[in-house]
Amino acid sequence: MADTRTISAIVNGKSHTATIETRLTLVDFLRHELKLTGTHVGCEHGVCGACTVLVGGISARACLMLAVQCDGLEVATVESLAADGKLNTLQQAFQDNHGLQCGFCTPGMLMTLTEFLRDHPEPNEAQVREALSGNLCRCTGYQGIVDAALDAAKKMRGTTR
Amino acid sequence: MKPAPFTYHDPRSVSDAVALLATHDNARVLAGGQSLMPMMNFRYAMPDHLIDLNKVSELAYIRVENNTLNIGAMTRQRDIEFSADIGQHCPLLHAALAHVGHRQTRNRGTLGGSLCHQDPSAEMVNMAALLDATMHVVSQRGARDIPLADFAVAYMTTALEPDELLAGVTFALPAKKHGHAFVEFARRHGDFAIVACSTMLALDSHGNISNATIALSGLSHAPLRPAAIEQALLGQKPDAATFKAAAAEAEKISAISDAYVSSAYRQHLARVLTCRALEQAAAHAKEMQHG
Ligand code: FES
Ligand code: FES
Repeated sequence: MADTRTISAIVNGKSHTATIETRLTLVDFLRHELKLTGTHVGCEHGVCGACTVLVGGISARACLMLAVQCDGLEVATVESLAADGKLNTLQQAFQDNHGLQCGFCTPGMLMTLTEFLRDHPEPNEAQVREALSGNLCRCTGYQGIVDAALDAAKKMRGTTR
Repeated sequence: MKPAPFTYHDPRSVSDAVALLATHDNARVLAGGQSLMPMMNFRYAMPDHLIDLNKVSELAYIRVENNTLNIGAMTRQRDIEFSADIGQHCPLLHAALAHVGHRQTRNRGTLGGSLCHQDPSAEMVNMAALLDATMHVVSQRGARDIPLADFAVAYMTTALEPDELLAGVTFALPAKKHGHAFVEFARRHGDFAIVACSTMLALDSHGNISNATIALSGLSHAPLRPAAIEQALLGQKPDAATFKAAAAEAEKISAISDAYVSSAYRQHLARVLTCRALEQAAAHAKEMQHG
């Protein structure tokens, strides 16, 4: 008999209760149970960062957490960013600066940067690169992503410095 | 891949956790999950019972007492990184943590998890060696203390018995003003180092070296403290010739090799990094003396 638990988690502001196998990872819970397929699964061993989500406002690799560990916690995924079908400032900056090509790494990049720009509203390029060091991109060569992050930071500060 | 089935336990206290460990075969303790979860996803690790310590709040603490720094096994690397107490009493730990993984992994990863995983190049294991760490281990049979030197028994293997868990760690804080440095060489930022070197140097009133500690990782299954090099530095002037001589000795230490890195290359890195670390620590020590 599979070991199961019933958990309640608030995902993107909405409360979900589900009975799940305890061995289910958070990323599979999001994708397969809640059908929130914006969060991607790349490596399943904590290397690529594609699965990055915010748990309690703090970034985590969703392939390295069990869904059962999120009982009672708040989880935010890439689906939380756009409101009413309109890209948020960070997403728009990705589009404007060619911050994505295939888009596989993008959800993880966006969630990593959501936390980073919240905590560091005035980053320099070196800080952005370090913040992104745990997210792999096979397409862009990173330059567009770094530009997007700096552009978004500027716009989020409401200045054109 | 996905983890093989297990029975999940989430105890709220150390006594409940050790009771579970004592009564279940093939049980593994889950800390921050940054090493065990990948191993379970790949089915390198297939525990029948997973004992999740994330709700055992008594295992997460940072306390500075009488020249010792005491950190609970479930204290997250993030909390060490942002601790003002550690910034004040042991800034070297912050310097080392800057090399540990990435924002997302430090957010979850714990001190105890890193020490029990015992990757030979892990930065926190290196710090434990440099700061003469004592590991506090508990089981239902009682508690015992293990010095770091006896904790790593073989490659990625600790002295923990199957029914024991690491509860906390005590680091010795250097007593007087000293300079420190942590340097490493890794293929990419955030990777485990190929070789890492940390050091602390204190200078006497004449500016000569009065205390020297060095920890080198990546040469053996555990970080080593080259006692002969540390001894030979005492009373010396902290200058280029002294450090070159120390580094030359570091290169003579025998080193492991693997599919990626030869032992000769590791020995070369040991020389270069020992020299760099000593130079940085000496510059820092001089600043501390005059500052
Ligand atoms: S899928 Fe989680 S880090 Fe790659
Ligand atoms: S856009 Fe393709 S992996 Fe980053």
